[in-house]
Amino acid sequence: MPQAEATSRPMIALANPARFSSLADRALPWLAGLTALLFVVGMWQAFFVAPADYQQGDTVRIMFVHVPAAWLCMFGWGVMSVSSLGVLVWRHPLADVAAQAAAPIGAAFTLIALVTGSLWGRPMWGTWWEWDARLTSVLVLFLMYLGVIALRAALDEPAKAARLVAILTLVGFINVPIIKFSVDWWNTLHQPASVFRMDGPSIHPAILTPLLVNALAFTLLFVTLHLLLMRTELMKRRLRGLRLRAAEAAR
Amino acid sequence: MTSTLLALIRRDFRLAVRSGGGFGLPLVFFLSVVAVIPFAVGPDLVLLGRIGAAVLWIGALLSTLIGLDRLFGADAEDGSLDLLFSAPAPLPVLVLAKALSHWVVTGLPLAAIAPLLGLMLNLPPHALAATAFTLLIGTPALTLLGMIGAALTVGLRRGGLLLPVLVLPMTVPVLIFGVSTTNALIAGDPAASSLSLLLAVTLAAFVLAPLAAAGALRSARS
Amino acid sequence: MAVRLTAESLRIERNERVVLNAVSFNLQAGEALVLIGPNGAGKSTLLRALAGLLPVASGTVQIESGDPETPRAEHVHLIGHADGVKTALSATENAVFWAEFLGGDPSAVPEALKAVGLGHAADLPAASLSAGQKRRLGLTRLIVARRGIWLLDEPATALDTDGLSRLGTLVETHRETGGIVIAATHSDLGWPNLKRMVLGSAV
Repeated sequence: MPQAEATSRPMIALANPARFSSLADRALPWLAGLTALLFVVGMWQAFFVAPADYQQGDTVRIMFVHVPAAWLCMFGWGVMSVSSLGVLVWRHPLADVAAQAAAPIGAAFTLIALVTGSLWGRPMWGTWWEWDARLTSVLVLFLMYLGVIALRAALDEPAKAARLVAILTLVGFINVPIIKFSVDWWNTLHQPASVFRMDGPSIHPAILTPLLVNALAFTLLFVTLHLLLMRTELMKRRLRGLRLRAAEAAR
Repeated sequence: MTSTLLALIRRDFRLAVRSGGGFGLPLVFFLSVVAVIPFAVGPDLVLLGRIGAAVLWIGALLSTLIGLDRLFGADAEDGSLDLLFSAPAPLPVLVLAKALSHWVVTGLPLAAIAPLLGLMLNLPPHALAATAFTLLIGTPALTLLGMIGAALTVGLRRGGLLLPVLVLPMTVPVLIFGVSTTNALIAGDPAASSLSLLLAVTLAAFVLAPLAAAGALRSARS
Repeated sequence: MAVRLTAESLRIERNERVVLNAVSFNLQAGEALVLIGPNGAGKSTLLRALAGLLPVASGTVQIESGDPETPRAEHVHLIGHADGVKTALSATENAVFWAEFLGGDPSAVPEALKAVGLGHAADLPAASLSAGQKRRLGLTRLIVARRGIWLLDEPATALDTDGLSRLGTLVETHRETGGIVIAATHSDLGWPNLKRMVLGSAV
């Protein structure tokens, strides 16, 4: 009858994450540079090229931050959802690292969307908070981000945390459109006339171009931060693996 | 499989109504929530009559959430949760059975006493009936969504606090469609669209929640 | 009831650690295996994995029995550290639930309670039972629902000599009818004809 051995080894196979780390090391400076460049162009356009709105004045410029942030809070959950599929279906070793790294960044952009939305709303609506459909949906999404982060923080076994957080993320992925729909529906119920629209054909090209540049800049910022956090998290996990191995060897 | 499911439902039901099972606690909590609202908004019967249906829904939502951590928590502590995995029935069906028996001892009584509490909030008779009716349709969805949270947090020390944090955002559609159906019924407006949306959310919860909860339990117990 | 259990090069990882590696064994109908090893050697882990509660990283577990359709989890009884006893129910109610829930025979409950020495306590609430009596009550699962493979994790815990000998009788009968028993233990169970497997740190 064979002996069972209890050697230790990091769960993550070294080859793949190592290749990822070196790739990230090489890509990060370029990404960071490109992000900075786009931000310079985007912000210059936002402040000096884009015209002030005839109704809203200079306040409209907040939207060059608000709209990209609002887009990224959806994008962030999308990244987490794909990563969660990676955890549950493909069992890719990097998937949980990607999911874990995306959560705080997504939450941060969601918070930015909320704060800028509120700042923007102050002169428009005359209150710091309006229960407008868009802002309310973002608020619910923010709560869901916090839930994902809190669940991971409460679990101390990494492999278990990966799968449970992935399930919660995918439940959220199914839920977010339903929540969005219900909030929109609720809003039209209580507030028939839309206060303000900034999507669709009402956007003037003079505003659209800076908006797109800024959206791209913010998206690149997300990608850069995501790679950075993933690399850090990989290092943390490798360290934990080394500690485990050391403890095992000392036995 | 039938005898397996019946045995599970019968046992959970019996455990809930035995002393120490906590049956009735959500009802007391429901009463407490409704009782403190007038202290906050004032004893204004006109105002209370206007927000009464919403207050009952909020109360029912919160009362459903408390106690949900026991849905799997008690079984995890005494070791009987492991038995779920070795029963001759699929895990999603078993957790659905657990959710239903939990609903029978929490959600159903909540919907049943809602009209009584509604009287205290100055709701007219047809409004009482409307609220009980929508709660009857909506509370199963609340229990099922809550079950996902219960499965995700099973065995966690902070599970009792984490569960509502995870579950409350998911219940937003149920709350919206539930309250708007109630209000439409009370006002005599067409309620068909909001009612069908409420039904759709409940049915979706019936399908998706057992799958998600079963997956979460499998991961949590491994 | 005759079953065969084959485990081949099982590898089980927990918490980023390889707990068990290259575990293979083969048990014929009527055989019993005892797992021995220090704390943390992976005895409980192996039992839970054999019960299908834990995923194996690699390797296979095969159970051959009359009905190939039945999933593995329905061939096994796992008696773990917790007894699975509901204290608000009586001893009989607990046992009847197991019989019905696990697809067994509720009419076997009175006999089963006698077999573990709880005949006198059948109608007492389980809350009033001692730890050893709860353990005995947990063992009635083995009788009221017949399953080919018994996985017993520290079955001797809290049992007195009478309890141990009753467990021994249960195991003996089970093996005579073609069942398989795998037990993890630190103490000598005193069962005849045992296979032994030592698990433990190879470092």
